[in-house]
Amino acid sequence: MKRLENVEGRAIPLGLKNVDTDVIIPAHWLKTTSREGMGRGAFETLRADPDNLFDSAEYKGAPILIAGDNFGCGSSREHAAWAIGDLGIRVVIAPSYSDIFSGNAVKNGILPVVLPQAAIDRLMEVAKTDPVHVDLDTQTVTTPFQDRFTFEIDPFRKMCLLEGLDEISLTEKSDAAIAAYEQKLDADHPWLRPAA
Amino acid sequence: MANEGSEGTTENCVFLCHSLALLCGRRKWSGMTRPRTLYEKIWDAHVVEQRPDGTALIFIDRHLVHEVTSPQAFAGLRASGRTVRRPDLTLAVPDHNVQTTARLDAAGNKLPIADPESAAQLAALEKNAPEYGIRYIDAVAPEQGIVHVVGPEQGFSLPGTTIVCGDSHTACHGGIGALAFGIGTSEVEHVLATQTLLLQPAKTMEVRVEGDVGPGVSAKDIILHITGVIGAAGGTGHVIEYTGSAIRALSVEGRLTVSNMAIEGGARAGLIAPDETTFAYIRGRPYAPKGADWDAAVAWWKSLATDPGATYDKVVIIDAADIAPSVTWGTSPEDVVPITGLVPDPESFTDPSKQAAAAKSLAYMGLEPGMRMQDVPVENIFIGSCTNSRIEDLRAAAAVIKGRRKAANVRWAIVVPGSGLVKAQAEAEGLDRIFTDAGLEWREPGCSACLAMNPDKVPAGERCASTSNRNFVGRQGPGSRTHLVSPAMAAAAAVTGKLTDVRELLA
Repeated sequence: MKRLENVEGRAIPLGLKNVDTDVIIPAHWLKTTSREGMGRGAFETLRADPDNLFDSAEYKGAPILIAGDNFGCGSSREHAAWAIGDLGIRVVIAPSYSDIFSGNAVKNGILPVVLPQAAIDRLMEVAKTDPVHVDLDTQTVTTPFQDRFTFEIDPFRKMCLLEGLDEISLTEKSDAAIAAYEQKLDADHPWLRPAA
Repeated sequence: MANEGSEGTTENCVFLCHSLALLCGRRKWSGMTRPRTLYEKIWDAHVVEQRPDGTALIFIDRHLVHEVTSPQAFAGLRASGRTVRRPDLTLAVPDHNVQTTARLDAAGNKLPIADPESAAQLAALEKNAPEYGIRYIDAVAPEQGIVHVVGPEQGFSLPGTTIVCGDSHTACHGGIGALAFGIGTSEVEHVLATQTLLLQPAKTMEVRVEGDVGPGVSAKDIILHITGVIGAAGGTGHVIEYTGSAIRALSVEGRLTVSNMAIEGGARAGLIAPDETTFAYIRGRPYAPKGADWDAAVAWWKSLATDPGATYDKVVIIDAADIAPSVTWGTSPEDVVPITGLVPDPESFTDPSKQAAAAKSLAYMGLEPGMRMQDVPVENIFIGSCTNSRIEDLRAAAAVIKGRRKAANVRWAIVVPGSGLVKAQAEAEGLDRIFTDAGLEWREPGCSACLAMNPDKVPAGERCASTSNRNFVGRQGPGSRTHLVSPAMAAAAAVTGKLTDVRELLA
């Protein structure tokens, strides 16, 4: 996983609420056995508009996306995180996310920053003309105009992002605990093994 | 709230219990056993390792796998030289890409999948499952179907278990009292490799539906109504337990429908306490416990019900009498009105971002504020999906269709059973003939037009009365316009050619 610490650059002021993962990456793009190249299908319906933000001279390749409430709702498709990452976006800033999307984002080195709507409104304004700076270590979002917003993040997620950790390797360190649990399960609930 | 008077009202009691829970810390009740919710009991029983940061390594009892979200996970395993830890707890079945037209030719040979990308995904699962020793139900097997229909139907999904799948509608299995939720592909790989997930405990939410629903009101209407009340993000961060007499009165099929759409209200999982209705449904299914194991399992399942005095972080109470046959007007599943209602005016919403979203939705849907929902014509009908493709759904649709004909303006109307076994049962009951006699198409099982990954699509600009779960922009095909309804309501729309109050046809 790619490490993430500081991100500075233009922020795409999308601002919409309930952006679902079908909007982020429509289902016909899911017919792949690879994680690569999803950016081509990212936000396809929005990008059908020739004046869309994503392909504008100003925001193309921008590393930050600003959105409304409940970003990434709907389908669990991790392709949404892959698509956003492939566009070059490393940070999303929104008032809330679907639980599945925010997990998928972190596993792909994308930071989902949660800020209140008032902060989002201010950042949407700044993003029209100026860059935004996100610092994961200090958990802050700042602007060239002395705005400074702090955000909360689960400490485990923060560590994973800062260190670019592979979660499976971490869990494998608990192998003995898993084996012990499995033994206890077989003793307590032998019926849990599916009958043949 | 003062605790005055000796009688102690229910409100006081709830308040006290909640305060105690807060004082003692939700998971740090020392000494005596704190009353727990169904969710907390399942969670506690699955903790492999508690971490100091509040996360826990949770054991996964059942892993369901389909062809769309698994190829990259298997590729990851292969690249890292890992194996599948518990293939015996894993079940794979293709559903999203499969065609719903014939799969075998007259000689019994498999017919090719036209789309090479779909074919490649299906071939990957067909190769990966046996390679890793995973149970695999082939696309032409009699038990094949939508993974969320197959799991409970095979008795593979059981109460009190943790169930995951790379699919958000895994919430469905909460209908039998399993803690079931959708995961991304990285998590699919994590579960394949370790049979666990590292999770943060969710908050708890009770949605209590009390009373009796009226005629023509189904489980689908209950969950559409709930989604309209709590909103698409109302359950975010929570697991929703559905309680109350209207929920207990539902069949297992109906409960699966309700829990299926927990995710549409933002909750990763839904739950309905397992009871005699649940046990009667599961008993005798192929992978269900048998003999003495069965009795032991039922005893444990019974112990899982939420304790008296346990509290939820959020409670929503709904009067079943307020629920009408419901329909969506917009592009979020929270955009719900009774069928007797009108298309809302975006200005009527207080939240400015909802005003903007509603205006955008109406433009996409081609609707004007103030239009009667019952005047909206539909050209397409889809009866199917993991929400509404079980036998009870097909019976409800057939009861409305019987003796009637598809309206002339309805161009395309398909009925897609949730599994081969549902299909066989429906055919044994003669339901297929009722549909085909009325001019509807009877198809092979799969996800189909719910998300249009196979050839079943709603054309741009056309409307579909659909029993599926999402009315998102482009969900049923680019430019498609979806109105979510119950199976009976979809059947009513099929015969009148417009969104229709099914109660008028039942009268």
